[in-house]
Amino acid sequence: MNAQNLASGSAYFIASETEKPETHTLAVLVDNEPGVLARVIGLFSGRGYNIESLTVSETEHEQHLSRITIVTRGTPHVLDQIRHQLERIVPVHRVIDLSVRAAELGHERPIERELALIKVAGTGEDRVEVLRLADAFRAKVIDATTAHFIFEITGKGAKIDQFIAIMKPLGLVEVCRTGVAAMNRGPEGM
Amino acid sequence: MTAGKREADTPPTGNREMTGAEMVVQALIDQGVEHIFGYPGGAVLPIYDELFQQDRVEHILVRHEQGAGHAAEGYARSTGKVGVMLVTSGPGATNAVTPLQDALMDSIPLVCISGQVPTSLIGSDAFQECDTVGITRPCTKHNWLVKDINDLARVLHEAFHVASTGRPGPVVVDIPKDVQFAKGIYTPPQTAPRTSYRPTVDGDQQAIAQAVQLMASARKPVIYSGGGVVNSGPQACQLLRELVELTNFPITSTLMGLGAYPASGKNWLGMLGMHGTYEANMTMHDCDVMLCVGARFDDRITGRLDAFSPNSKKIHIDIDPSSINKTVRVDVPIIGDVERVLEDMVRQWRASERKPEKQAMAEWWAQIDKWRARNSLAYTPNKDIIMPQYAIQRLYELTKDRETYITTEVGQHQMWAAQFFGFEAPNRWMTSGGLGTMGYGLPAALGVQIAHPDALVIDIAGDASVQMTIQEMSAAIQHEAPIKIFILNNQYMGMVRQWQQLLHGNRLSHSYTEAMPDFVKLAEAYGAHGIRCEKPGALDDAIQEMIDVKKPVIFDCRVANLANCFPMIPSGKAHNEMLLPDEATDEAVANAIDAKGRELV
Repeated sequence: MNAQNLASGSAYFIASETEKPETHTLAVLVDNEPGVLARVIGLFSGRGYNIESLTVSETEHEQHLSRITIVTRGTPHVLDQIRHQLERIVPVHRVIDLSVRAAELGHERPIERELALIKVAGTGEDRVEVLRLADAFRAKVIDATTAHFIFEITGKGAKIDQFIAIMKPLGLVEVCRTGVAAMNRGPEGM
Repeated sequence: MTAGKREADTPPTGNREMTGAEMVVQALIDQGVEHIFGYPGGAVLPIYDELFQQDRVEHILVRHEQGAGHAAEGYARSTGKVGVMLVTSGPGATNAVTPLQDALMDSIPLVCISGQVPTSLIGSDAFQECDTVGITRPCTKHNWLVKDINDLARVLHEAFHVASTGRPGPVVVDIPKDVQFAKGIYTPPQTAPRTSYRPTVDGDQQAIAQAVQLMASARKPVIYSGGGVVNSGPQACQLLRELVELTNFPITSTLMGLGAYPASGKNWLGMLGMHGTYEANMTMHDCDVMLCVGARFDDRITGRLDAFSPNSKKIHIDIDPSSINKTVRVDVPIIGDVERVLEDMVRQWRASERKPEKQAMAEWWAQIDKWRARNSLAYTPNKDIIMPQYAIQRLYELTKDRETYITTEVGQHQMWAAQFFGFEAPNRWMTSGGLGTMGYGLPAALGVQIAHPDALVIDIAGDASVQMTIQEMSAAIQHEAPIKIFILNNQYMGMVRQWQQLLHGNRLSHSYTEAMPDFVKLAEAYGAHGIRCEKPGALDDAIQEMIDVKKPVIFDCRVANLANCFPMIPSGKAHNEMLLPDEATDEAVANAIDAKGRELV
């Protein structure tokens, strides 16, 4: 039920949305069991919420817990609904809106990082330029021949976007990116 | 339906080795299940074999899995217990989808056990294979595919726990055939088996205090109650009545909540919403404090959202946090079980010094009486033709002194039943509210009758809806369930036609049933009793005959073909823009909804 659906969808929901959409990062702690990711994704698609980025991995092996990090966009009201709807899912333990939590802690936003593998092929002058730029972005060479490099780069999404954009004219072949991994600053856990 | 209430009727069997199929039956026994509704097939044969060899759990054989689901829903709704259905893999499971979604939307506790192809064949497009957990994921509260016999007992108990606690709902346990044959150790039920699932049942005391204060300051209050009160149990309904008595607030209810407060109660305004009464909707629109108890501001209730009760402070009691602020923003949310919250609320109200101003309340009631005088349910009686409203009124008068349970299908007859049948007690009214499932009522009546063998169970039906699950008459005959199918037969899909008149220039596209079965002969073909009534004068005797016959009855009540259901809030309109029966001329009907409203459902 995003703002668009609210405006034009079914039933009587023709009240106009006055709130502005925001981008938030949610951390969802779930039992690591078959189908749990499908439940989370199905909720988003079924109710018309957006997913801008998704990262899933088992984080506490002993307790079979996985942490799902979702970047989503909606009005504060919709974001609140997303959180409550996620909490209804039986294998979901906790849902934390990291963006809201960051604001409570007095930070602008949570720490958010991505990792990308970037393959660039080329010879001659371009190769030198590629290496020089990679160095500036602190991208690490993890594979190379005389005809290509593969870089590993981590950082905020915007930094990776920029690096990719720069590599495009210099022989960019392919890109693989993880979603966002995020947590809040300070000594407390989620 | 609160947490931790479930207790097995029998002492739990200790840990011992048994097959998966045995575990299913043992778990049912340990969960206090006496009846299940189902249909056998290849992938559930081991469970059926176990059912055959015992007599603790009675199996009701339906004619279609959808019927099993609705029967289990009716059973659950009328008893407060969990309804159980048993189906086979593939088509058995897909046929269960409609009742699962129905139970999800109306918060009915339902456990569906389905057979699955053996684990070795899963994913191979085997005969009667489907991805049951995938298909039922969005239409259940939770579901499980049990691939290991050692998980089965735990999952079965967990399924009952999840279905019946918090906001109740349907669950599916999908059991591959090899797991049904495999042997493992059975474990008896345990309390609160899962760490990630802990519904909040106790309301926040501060929020309740705030609510009580707000209520005490009200000049134009209203209580709007819903199906959550019925789900919470008889004690919750009792507390609601007590609160109304104490506060003298007017009370209205959603379709799902009828009976929680008695229709004969002096503070009763009638149902609210799209086909609710004028007084209920006007009271909601003009109130200054609204207490919403176990309802969810459904779109059939609110009408146009931006004009919904614009000047009120809203208190919302709900066990599901996602219901709070979903469509309507509220001022005082209270998350918890209705029974617990109302208990605290009643106690705090009694203790509080502050009470609403007498003069203001008297003025409010005077205003409400003016709205009541508008007599929004009026219809023009007819001496020659049975008016559908009249049929319901007579049915009510002739059955009100009995233990009567009413189920309905979906459409005009459903709304007339809600408007004209007076419900005095909870759990007596079974209808498909959220999903609006035509074909719900007949199998639901079967389920109710199985739970209450001596009661009078009537499905108030429409001629179109009833044909969607008419085959369950055969199940009713087999299980000697004397259900009464009271069909308001107008030869139309009446509500579809009404919307075509409202929205589509009276072009009645495919809403007229040209070939109607002879319902009397149909009844006789099933071995039931058939009655036809065409004249108002003969109606009472015919209804009495229906009541007196000790077997299933199909009653073909021929009613005015073109009667429409009023009052009505047309799409895209607010509570105070109702279309009243005496104003609903052809022209008014044709122009009631503007272009924007036409896009809405």
